[in-house]
Amino acid sequence: MSVTQWRRTPPEQAPGPSAFPGAAADGPTADGQVAVRLSEVSKVYGRGPSAVLALDRVSLTVAPGEFTCLIGASGCGKSTLLSLVAGLDQPTAGSISTEGRRVTLMFQEPALFPWLTAERNVELALRARGVPKAQRRERCAELLDLVDLGGFGGRRPHELSGGMRQRVALARALAQDADVLLMDEPFGALDAMTRDLLHEELERIWGQQRLTVLFVTHNVREAVRLGDRVVVLSSRPGRVIEEYRVPRQGPRRIDSPEVARLAATITDRLREEMSRHGD
Amino acid sequence: MATETRPAANQPAAKQATAIAGLDRLELGSAPQRRSPARVARSAWSAAWPKLLAIALILVVWQAVHLTGWKSYVLKGPGTVLPDLWGQLHHALLWEAIGITLRRAVLGYGLALIIGSVIGILVARIPLLRAAVGSIITGLQTMPSIVWFPIGIVLFGLSTPTILFVMVLGAAPSIANGLITGVDYTPPLLLRAGQTMGLRGFTLYRYLILPASLPAYVAGMKQGWAFAWRSLMAGELLVLILGQPSLGVLLNNDQNLQDFAGLGSLVIVILVIGILVDTLFTKADLAIRRRRGLLTPGTTS
Repeated sequence: MSVTQWRRTPPEQAPGPSAFPGAAADGPTADGQVAVRLSEVSKVYGRGPSAVLALDRVSLTVAPGEFTCLIGASGCGKSTLLSLVAGLDQPTAGSISTEGRRVTLMFQEPALFPWLTAERNVELALRARGVPKAQRRERCAELLDLVDLGGFGGRRPHELSGGMRQRVALARALAQDADVLLMDEPFGALDAMTRDLLHEELERIWGQQRLTVLFVTHNVREAVRLGDRVVVLSSRPGRVIEEYRVPRQGPRRIDSPEVARLAATITDRLREEMSRHGD
Repeated sequence: MATETRPAANQPAAKQATAIAGLDRLELGSAPQRRSPARVARSAWSAAWPKLLAIALILVVWQAVHLTGWKSYVLKGPGTVLPDLWGQLHHALLWEAIGITLRRAVLGYGLALIIGSVIGILVARIPLLRAAVGSIITGLQTMPSIVWFPIGIVLFGLSTPTILFVMVLGAAPSIANGLITGVDYTPPLLLRAGQTMGLRGFTLYRYLILPASLPAYVAGMKQGWAFAWRSLMAGELLVLILGQPSLGVLLNNDQNLQDFAGLGSLVIVILVIGILVDTLFTKADLAIRRRRGLLTPGTTS
């Protein structure tokens, strides 16, 4: 598909009806504050006949303190979207604004530096943003305590389990003192039991640190378990096709019936989208 | 605001922390065992006996050749050479020679290390430079160092700088290449992580790219040492400098005197120096791999 072709396609219909009647379809809070705003963002990889349209006029707003999950099948451009918000890549068209907020990105792999201990990994993030040496040590200890790794600062990444490494990566992300945390399937490589505990851990830290989270996953239940809002993307090209607001009424568990019910609805919607590609 | 409607965590935080701590302990298994003296001795022995066996085998073969009487007028057995070595070790001359040779080794290799590293980092960073000299560096690596001696002698005469010149030309390309390879093989995921952290320019190199390149860099240094040591030995045999009795000068003297025992002793000394330095590099390499978790449990030096 060429660049001129996809620009000419008629605009998509507005997002469909929400599974929760009465829920707002968009992120901004009553006072209109926005932490992340994507306006008609498109991303094309390559040029000429081999060009691939990864994202097609994606518009999305995330309110400060909101936990938004992005879900979609393969090829929906989820990771592309996070790279764009993180500023690692530039959109082909459209604009992205984080209103001057600091943004940080966590990957599916912990991506810790193997030659540094857990503590030094966190410290390097502090050093990169110019925290004076005297404060770094103290801040490191606080951050490792926050992710329940108080006694493990001296270990190297290979001496930690997968879940612990991902928590060090979370501490390192928090060390960057960002307001917006972008997470690219951060728990995708972990076993279910560890993942459940890390969901609780992340929820607790999100609450304590007043973070805005944009969380990409292909696990529907995980998205419903964690999100204030679940945004469904289509595949090839990636487009916002549906948004679901998830009411927070008391504690949520991945196996609670409300989560399962909404997850089933979203899964059906995703299947519908996938079968579009199967014809 | 969304933050106001936030619930407390599903479980009381303390209970959750306990569950996580328990899972961590289960996943890490038992604590690493302390290295008791008995364990250290056992691992030292298991590292040493294959080497001792190899030395014993060489001595046996050497003695067997000696016993056949082949070239018996010059070829001496270990029974003659080893006492000669023992005798030379009690003389100042051998130690003076070792001192002169090692001083040159340190100087030449040090120069090669500096020059090779500077070239390596420049070529790795600047694409134009890489396109220009990247393949020349690889080509230089395959050059037999002995062909540089005539040029060195013309430039510097029969002097120590000639030897150093050839050592640098032999070793620097390997060191540069090791560093370039290391920079090229820095995992892209780590680079992305570094970028999101805000590492740029000098700090990116200092804290991410150079540490990530260290294993390949050390491999290049090790190879560079081998080239430097060979060049040094060749140089000392070709460039005989009056008043500087190096190992090469002693070899040359023994050759002229047809002193097989003396030659054998010197070869053993040179071999031992080579092995000792190589052990240092191997130890450094093992330490790096151990830190990064790249060591399988059964590996020994």
